[in-house]
Amino acid sequence: MPKNNELKKILVIGSGPIVIGQAAEFDYAGTQACQALKEEGLEVVLINSNPATIMTDTNMADKVYIEPINLEFVSQIIRQERPDGLLPTLGGQTGLNMAVELARAGVLEAEGVKLLGTQLTAIEKAEDRDLFRDLMRELEQPVPESVIVTTVQESVDFASEIGYPVIVRPAYTLGGTGGGICGSEDELREIVANGLRYSPIGQCLIEKSIAGMKEVEYEVMRDANDNCIVVCNMENFDPVGVHTGDSIVVAPSQTLSDREYQMLRSASLKIIRALNIEGGCNVQFALDPQSYQYYVIEVNPRVSRSSALASKATGYPIAKMAAKIAVGYTLDEIVNPVTGQTYACFEPTLDYIVSKIPRWPFDKFTDANRKLGTQMKATGEVMAIGRTFEESIHKAVRSLEIGVHRLFLKGADELDEETLTTRLAKADDERLFLIAEAFRRGWDLQKIQDTTSIDWWFLDKIERIVRFEDVIRREPGLTPETLYQAKRMGFTDRAIAELRREGQGASAALTVEADIRAHRLAQGLKPVYKMVDTCAAEFEATTPYYYSTYETENEVIPSDKQKVIVLGSGPIRIGQGIEFDYSTVHAVWALRNAGYEAVIINNNPETVSTDFNTSDRLYFEPLFFEDVMNVIEQEQPLGVIVQFGGQTAINLAGPLSKAGVRILGTSLDSIDEAEDRKRFEALLRGLEIAQPKGSTVTSVDEAVGTAQELGYPVLVRPSYVLGGRAMEIVYSDEELLAYMKVAVKINPEHPVLIDRYMLGKEIEVDAICDGDTVLIPGIMEHVERAGVHSGDSIAVYPPQSLSDDIKQQAVDITIRIAKALKTVGLVNIQFVVWQEKVYVIEVNPRSSRTVPFLSKVTNIPMANLATRAILGEKLADLNYQEGLWPEDEHVSVKVPVFSFAKLRRVDPTLTPEMKSTGEVMGRDRHFAKALFKGLIGSGMKIPQSGSIIATVADKDKEEAIAILRGFYNLGYKLIATGGTADALEAAGMRVKRCNKLSEGSPNIVDLIRTGQAQFVVNTLTKGKTPERDGFRIRREAVENGVVCLTSLDTVSALLHMLQALRFSSEPMPVY
Amino acid sequence: MQARLLLEDGTLFTGQSFGAEGASVGEVVFNTGITGYQEVISDPSYCGQIVTMTFPLIGNYGITRDDFESVRPYIHGFVTRRYEEVPSNWRAQDSLGHLLKEYGIIGISEVDTRMLTRIIRRHGVMKGILTTGSERVEELQERMGVTPLPRNQVAWTSTKNVFSSPGTKERIVLIDYGAKSGILRELTQRGCDVIVVPYNTTADEIRRLHPDGVQLSNGPGDPKDVPESVETVRQLLGEYPIFGICLGHQLFALACGADTDKLKFGHRGGNHPVKELESGRCYITSQNHGYTVKEESVKGTDLVVTHINNNDKTIEGLKHAKYPAFSVQYHPEAAPGPFDSGYLFDQFLEMIREHKLKNPERPRQAQLSEMLRGELQYAQK
Repeated sequence: MPKNNELKKILVIGSGPIVIGQAAEFDYAGTQACQALKEEGLEVVLINSNPATIMTDTNMADKVYIEPINLEFVSQIIRQERPDGLLPTLGGQTGLNMAVELARAGVLEAEGVKLLGTQLTAIEKAEDRDLFRDLMRELEQPVPESVIVTTVQESVDFASEIGYPVIVRPAYTLGGTGGGICGSEDELREIVANGLRYSPIGQCLIEKSIAGMKEVEYEVMRDANDNCIVVCNMENFDPVGVHTGDSIVVAPSQTLSDREYQMLRSASLKIIRALNIEGGCNVQFALDPQSYQYYVIEVNPRVSRSSALASKATGYPIAKMAAKIAVGYTLDEIVNPVTGQTYACFEPTLDYIVSKIPRWPFDKFTDANRKLGTQMKATGEVMAIGRTFEESIHKAVRSLEIGVHRLFLKGADELDEETLTTRLAKADDERLFLIAEAFRRGWDLQKIQDTTSIDWWFLDKIERIVRFEDVIRREPGLTPETLYQAKRMGFTDRAIAELRREGQGASAALTVEADIRAHRLAQGLKPVYKMVDTCAAEFEATTPYYYSTYETENEVIPSDKQKVIVLGSGPIRIGQGIEFDYSTVHAVWALRNAGYEAVIINNNPETVSTDFNTSDRLYFEPLFFEDVMNVIEQEQPLGVIVQFGGQTAINLAGPLSKAGVRILGTSLDSIDEAEDRKRFEALLRGLEIAQPKGSTVTSVDEAVGTAQELGYPVLVRPSYVLGGRAMEIVYSDEELLAYMKVAVKINPEHPVLIDRYMLGKEIEVDAICDGDTVLIPGIMEHVERAGVHSGDSIAVYPPQSLSDDIKQQAVDITIRIAKALKTVGLVNIQFVVWQEKVYVIEVNPRSSRTVPFLSKVTNIPMANLATRAILGEKLADLNYQEGLWPEDEHVSVKVPVFSFAKLRRVDPTLTPEMKSTGEVMGRDRHFAKALFKGLIGSGMKIPQSGSIIATVADKDKEEAIAILRGFYNLGYKLIATGGTADALEAAGMRVKRCNKLSEGSPNIVDLIRTGQAQFVVNTLTKGKTPERDGFRIRREAVENGVVCLTSLDTVSALLHMLQALRFSSEPMPVY
Repeated sequence: MQARLLLEDGTLFTGQSFGAEGASVGEVVFNTGITGYQEVISDPSYCGQIVTMTFPLIGNYGITRDDFESVRPYIHGFVTRRYEEVPSNWRAQDSLGHLLKEYGIIGISEVDTRMLTRIIRRHGVMKGILTTGSERVEELQERMGVTPLPRNQVAWTSTKNVFSSPGTKERIVLIDYGAKSGILRELTQRGCDVIVVPYNTTADEIRRLHPDGVQLSNGPGDPKDVPESVETVRQLLGEYPIFGICLGHQLFALACGADTDKLKFGHRGGNHPVKELESGRCYITSQNHGYTVKEESVKGTDLVVTHINNNDKTIEGLKHAKYPAFSVQYHPEAAPGPFDSGYLFDQFLEMIREHKLKNPERPRQAQLSEMLRGELQYAQK
């Protein structure tokens, strides 16, 4: 069936900010969709609030709206643009929910907009638990015994009838927010109460627990002609009970016979047909490991995170096909872009095994509960491809960048048996490594299976890995056979060296990574590269998508063109998000435009950079020295660009350079000069540029002495940091000592940095330099003062409160530093303004988190220009002059977005440690409106009236009272505890007093829980222990969806915004 | 133990043996199914072939007798990237390695099967020799050279005796050229009274069984190697509704005057898209064939093309313009592969019912009397 010609203009809804459960995969999906629609000559209008995305580049759609995704704004855009169709299925749950809201509000009907892909009834049938169960019954598809509840009591009644454990799943929430497994009535009561609050329709499903069964997923597609295919099936390493987003997953399934595979395949097709979906759909099953009994767990009537994984795992571009189907095409007439000669109506077949491991934020959130359950906690994921499970999982492990490159976790050998048993039984993020540890301790497979319920097949592979480690350890010399086997199992040279060191002693031969490498290369033992082609080599394919393995035939055809390798940024984690992928993609495009062959190495399946269409060649490989070197040896590039892949790529610059690889752009020496504290201080001294006083200490005593000398408060952090990890502001000796004890291991090898903490305004600059000219696209002013991580601050462009003198100082310093570092490419500098003087806090000689935002608001293609500069072009020749680019008339605000609700026990206070997972942008002619859009877009509910609960630390009282008075005058009611209430009353305001937690119920937390406050203003008192009142107040606010503000600067900005947007009512003046 | 695979073009693969010991020659083909190695190994259509699985991990879920598609495997060798010796599945009764040993089939693992597949894709299927011995390459080459590929596989794989699988509904004579159990399973599931007969059963012998319809099974090799079977089909055409599968489809085409040809590397796997021309619908099908009905040869015959492969556009389904007879090149009985085309068996039974309606039987008594009249007259003399 050809394209539906009634469709001329289509509105695509994006997924908004990156949060846990909804990440970069929707940028990938949205980008593919927009491209697919434009290819068809359709006019595409896009709305997405997330500026850090490729899809919001103005060339991706005919019109791009970076506006909040809510009923008000989307309706307005629909009325303005009058699209013929709305495609919501590529924007995750956000897109789908928005479509439902628009349909229910009658907007689609009123404006004559056709819902494409999935009809409203199908969305409802898949999402509404009751309708879903009815449908499954109708289709004779088994679902676990369950009940829909709207009150806690109903859930308790049900559970006492069928017995515990039961699973709670709130309706219409992201990534299982608010759900969980409950083993007791107490747990059930708590989780259901929570779940009901999170569900936008106040509904939860209580379900018989099928934990322990195999979890299997099918990615299905269907077109209007009822052609159905399965793109991929996947099997979870972790049995049912762990959210699929938090599970280790392999594709294709490994332990299902053809009968079981086909049984579930047929069920998936039956379901997608019944839902009448035109596009992609994901069906999750639980399969009893001891019978044919299965249950349908969940159906996502849209492109999902799993679809992105399935696309990358097979090479089949699901989102692109879904978009084509949505506008009328059928699968049998769409050419399979991978082979170019077959059609999209076939089922991809794999000749390799894919492993996905989630990337969790527990390295940042050390307080968080690491247990995995039905609520997703991972921020990102890595994928690896190998020809055996062992190879595949090893590659995935070293892609994680958690300091581990084989199935060995430091400290695991010190766990006592009891802890080990518990942690094996109740999955957490480290279970994979603990299974290996159990094998090392001699546990037998049966015992591990009894404890974990993980399939025998997977456990057997881990045991083989552990046993083979012993082979490597024990062999006095490393025989070619053992080395070959080790490489085929995915062991790195480093791992082999390490194991030999353990077994043979450090003085034995071949116990250093470099020696193993040399030894291996001397034997001619190098990996070959195989193509991902959707068809297991049955048809000729030209996809430039490769993975490495140790076999015979290499499929990469060497080319004579000049090549440049761009290193990607790996999995999405706190501090290194989609922003880096954005820059990577732009760098690749710039290289291709300049006539080079752009080669990318990355391992994140969610991203645009790992779309095989993006680069000339994609190597889906770990960003690990050995793997990167292998690709370099294969490709023989001109050089490697490291400055777009975040700290991941920067960290590789040293080892690569040492191995003789040319680093393009800013030199390794300059990178080191900016990152090495001592050299950096010397540089600034030489340039006579000020920075906050500080020094490096190597002992606790020295730390205390230095802090006293600098004067509290001081900023302390370990010497090598990423995204402000373990950085804290301390106000006293006592706090400093506590920090030294908990946060860092201090010794001469691991020094700690102590800086004077300047309580000033923070500003940030990104600049592009070609070695001669320094172009500064813009200066961003942070709403929150120094002390809040720049990634967690609201950033404003152009600055609203900086004097020309300050701006000039920042510009001058930027130019001088960029030139002194002989920067070629991008550089990011953060400043603090203190007493009208600009101090440098940090210089990042690479692309930063703000590049996409600044590129969009200044209309300067920063990553593109940086790449061209790296290739030798001059900014002057491109008509750019030195200095600050003229400021835009519009105001743009970047607002951070957090995922606190998903991470129990994490303190929502803003600190020098980064905590946000994503960002949105608000843009308007006036600051207040831009901020309003940003805040709304970030998910904040801002009522025009209501109550504010305030509990403020003594040091902040004076400042807080002035701000709260503003709210008071706008008519907001104030609620406060003891000290804060006294202070407010003394300042002449009426306050409703409430109990502190220690003063009995009803107390402050009860008020929050019962929805009696709209805002909570809470500033941090000393100590970070969760038991403290402040922590409980903040958590309660977050968990109840109440706006929780922990920086007075944010509160103040909010106040000014409300004042500016509000029509004021004043009595007539009396003369 | 080491095993080696030498191809006709001189490529030598060295790997590990995981089946029987010895040496064997066969045509090297590849199958792209991810699951289904048991069904592949036991599918008689692979008779005499050395089968490579493109999916690298084979043996994962062991061996379950219930999943066999025939009584015994007829393959001449099995090639994998990795043999998974520890199976995990609740139904597993044995390991793949044991099975191969039991039936004297050589298995080789640790082979770059993707490279092997690419060679076959480029050069077409070719002869190969598989050995666990230490012969010199020249010896292997010589042995391969003197060993012709078999032309009589149907005789090996077809049943030697007539047997029946009783049912209460339509009586189907299933001509077994090396039938997969799945065909019998599909028919008996629908209540058919099935009589399975050898490939060389004559038309007269079949008539004697009073079938309501004739099912032509799949089978190994070149359809032109069994001219007697073509002849039988030709004679039955129009008399009984006929449904041909795979080799049965090719025999049906030959019987109707079309011609067949060998494909470069065939279609073997569970992901092949077939378009039903009448509805425009596409089905994902299970396939295993090295020969195909030539498109141009259909012209001028009474055959109508009903299905084509959506990728290479080869013929996947035919029907007779006048008689109740149709055939498909693929496997509606699945196993391994998708169940999507199971409806074709219903279509066959529907065709039988329609045929009966159009050709109503005269009352039995009258029929009998007429038939016996001659005899009676003779007796009166």
